[in-house]
Amino acid sequence: MTMRIDPDHRRFRDIVRGKIKQDLRKYISNGELIGRKGKDRISIPLPQIQMPRFRFGSGQGGGGGVGQGKGGVGDPVDGGKPQPGQGKGKAGEGEGEHVLEVELSMEELAQIMGEELRLPRIEPKGKERIITQKDRYVGIRRTGPESLRHFKRTFRQALRREVAQGTYNPANPLIVPIREDKRYRSWKTIPLPQSNAVMIFIMDVSGSMGDEQKEIVRIESFWIDTWLRSQYDGLETRFIIHDAGAKEVDRDTFFRTRESGGTMISSAYKLCARMIKDDYPPSEWNIYPFHFSDGDNWSVDDTSLCVKILKEDILPHANQFCYGQVESPYGSGQFIKDLQEHFRKAENVVTSEIKSKEHIMDSIREFLGRGK
Amino acid sequence: MAGLPAYLVDIQKEIEGYAREYGLDFWETRFEILDYKRMQEVAAFGGFPVRYPHWRFGMDFEQLDKSHTYGLSHIYEMVINNNPSYAYLLEGNSLVDQKMVVAHVLGHVDFFKNNYYFSKTNRRMIDGMANHATRVRRHIERIGLDKVESFIDTCLCLENLIDPMSPFITRTSPKKDEAKKADEPQETPKLRAKSYMDGFINPPEFMEAQKRKMEAEKEKPKKFPPEPQRDVLAFLLEHAPLEVWERDILEIVRDEAYYFAPQRQTKIMNEGWASYWHTKIMTQKALKPSEIIDYADHNSAVLSAAPGQFNPYKVGIELYRHIEERWDKGRFGSEWNDCQDMAERKNWDKRLGLGRQKIFEVRKIYNDVTFLDEFFTEEFCNDSKFFSFSFNERTERNEIDSREFKKIKNKILSQLTNFGEPFIAVEDANHENRGDLLLRHKHEGTDLHIDNAHASMEALQRIWRRPVHLVTVVEEKKRMLSYDGKEHTSRTV
Repeated sequence: MTMRIDPDHRRFRDIVRGKIKQDLRKYISNGELIGRKGKDRISIPLPQIQMPRFRFGSGQGGGGGVGQGKGGVGDPVDGGKPQPGQGKGKAGEGEGEHVLEVELSMEELAQIMGEELRLPRIEPKGKERIITQKDRYVGIRRTGPESLRHFKRTFRQALRREVAQGTYNPANPLIVPIREDKRYRSWKTIPLPQSNAVMIFIMDVSGSMGDEQKEIVRIESFWIDTWLRSQYDGLETRFIIHDAGAKEVDRDTFFRTRESGGTMISSAYKLCARMIKDDYPPSEWNIYPFHFSDGDNWSVDDTSLCVKILKEDILPHANQFCYGQVESPYGSGQFIKDLQEHFRKAENVVTSEIKSKEHIMDSIREFLGRGK
Repeated sequence: MAGLPAYLVDIQKEIEGYAREYGLDFWETRFEILDYKRMQEVAAFGGFPVRYPHWRFGMDFEQLDKSHTYGLSHIYEMVINNNPSYAYLLEGNSLVDQKMVVAHVLGHVDFFKNNYYFSKTNRRMIDGMANHATRVRRHIERIGLDKVESFIDTCLCLENLIDPMSPFITRTSPKKDEAKKADEPQETPKLRAKSYMDGFINPPEFMEAQKRKMEAEKEKPKKFPPEPQRDVLAFLLEHAPLEVWERDILEIVRDEAYYFAPQRQTKIMNEGWASYWHTKIMTQKALKPSEIIDYADHNSAVLSAAPGQFNPYKVGIELYRHIEERWDKGRFGSEWNDCQDMAERKNWDKRLGLGRQKIFEVRKIYNDVTFLDEFFTEEFCNDSKFFSFSFNERTERNEIDSREFKKIKNKILSQLTNFGEPFIAVEDANHENRGDLLLRHKHEGTDLHIDNAHASMEALQRIWRRPVHLVTVVEEKKRMLSYDGKEHTSRTV
């Protein structure tokens, strides 16, 4: 249904997108949006979109109002704001100060982020596998099952025939379709190419990763997840946490656990390599391992083991391996240097240091900016 | 435009018959039936089928749509002040709802037609709005969307700087007076004295000084505008250095602001009047026994007041009924006012039966402010359980702070006066002899919202193109806020 309001509405959505883009850095770094995530829509409060005008501030005689009902002095009053009720169409004279909540789909949000960070579209690797077929009605034919008969077309054809035969009487417009008039919908089977992708998030949960560090990981993974989801249908995510040993967990646990203990990064890499080998044949999957840690590994030996696993079992299969190092007051932060030293020439290894929440945006750009 | 289904035409005729019997006087009213989506569209356009292109309507639409989706609101009816009047019915409403809406709408149309404050509005506004839309579209084609839109935004920030009373009175006729003054040779003022004393009381030196003073006065640059101008938009239209298309848009915004002003001035009266008549017509004439439960259910929703809410429908209808009762029973005049005996007051009934006549008179000549000022009595206030509330900083919630009549009435009146918006007028268009614009906020106890004030001043500056200043009071200190196109400054005056 086209409506006269549509252009105005589109314009409004554009303005909303512009506002969100402006403040994206703020939204990204405070993690507030994650809490607001509904199923696949999020709502964002936009206070600044209201038309400013000379009006009273609160305080002094400005606040409060008059109501009706029971209650003594000091009793609470529910609401206090006039609610939109049945009313005459005097929209545009909004009363009170209300913050506008705008709903966006994750798709739109990812688009906005992509535009703002100037992220390239990701080129999926490998051949495009045919995984689904879909039937679509594309035309009309003369034979078919009665259940697919095209009523309007059939009668139109019958009318045409009767007019041509001269049997059509406008005073008594009776039209009887005969067999030749019948028209049926026809369909075509369309293969839907789909590229598969898996993200394997690995997080270090050893004693040295504090709440703030985990919060950073949480926010960054959320945005990476959002972006990659907009790029691939059927994106899978797997989560691994590790201290001295590694295990696979679900999303919820990934974001909430607080473990402690030493750090053996190799344990996680081993698990990751096994996951790839067992579940994701590289010819069919785009594989994105992300590893977040404070970079304080147990020993030099373990680090070289990590490098070996990466080189042999992970990098050959992954589109890109991303390592994000969160700054922690306890860790030495050595691991990122080791990785950089060994993989200076490797094209599909990206390392990024995330010093604070404000650096999340930059880090995302480093990870996703290559379009792999 | 889809015609109204026959059964609704019958209902309309029936209800119009009842309404005429009661003495309601309305224009021809054309009902249209809309599905909820279209209803929201029309509501977003302020009741009109077409408005000029602007994103704000899209925003309103989205909000209406969302609150409909979440079941928060339900637009029953909409009606436009226009001759013939247009009103909309929601498709799928039950028959009893449609009846109620038709009756309600006729109440509104009677009010539009007869209330004095609507008398100067454009009764062909449906065409007016369409013309505005065409004009704005033409400007967009020539100038470009971004420029025109941002100018509309600017104008809308100042939309409330109008003088709702100005259609009715001529505030000033300075030209005539001044022309006269300049022509007449003026006498040098002197002190009063008997003729024989004149030479002593008004010696030649003194007269000379007086004359010089007068001439100096004449030489002094005339203040402009000579008196503070509350219709800031009109002032800008006449005197701001605007492009032709900009002037046109400002004019459109001002036109529409004046068109909507009476509806804001008479919200309580208008809704109260329409509710009074829909209840009267429904309960006394139009309802079938089988419809009573549904009617009562829906009617109570319209007229309900959750605590802390000021429902204009409810307050309005109760006030009309209160007035009707008072004039029926003769509870007015000095005799009634002077009577202190509670028992006597309670049983006071002179059987005058003037109530109906009185409320028709009230709907003709009052607006919300005068309506409440005159008829919101202590008895009404107590009977209807009014209270005033304010925000308690300590408990962080709204709390009832008083049930005292005076306080409640003051609060109501102050919230209604000038739509609860600040009085701001142009004071001087050549401030400090530099062509700056000086405005004055008439401070009546409440400070301005500073962020909003800044943004509005930016809009003013964009139109005036010279620095703008606003004299107001901030935290009990008189201050002048200034904006020169780059930064905001503020100093104590």
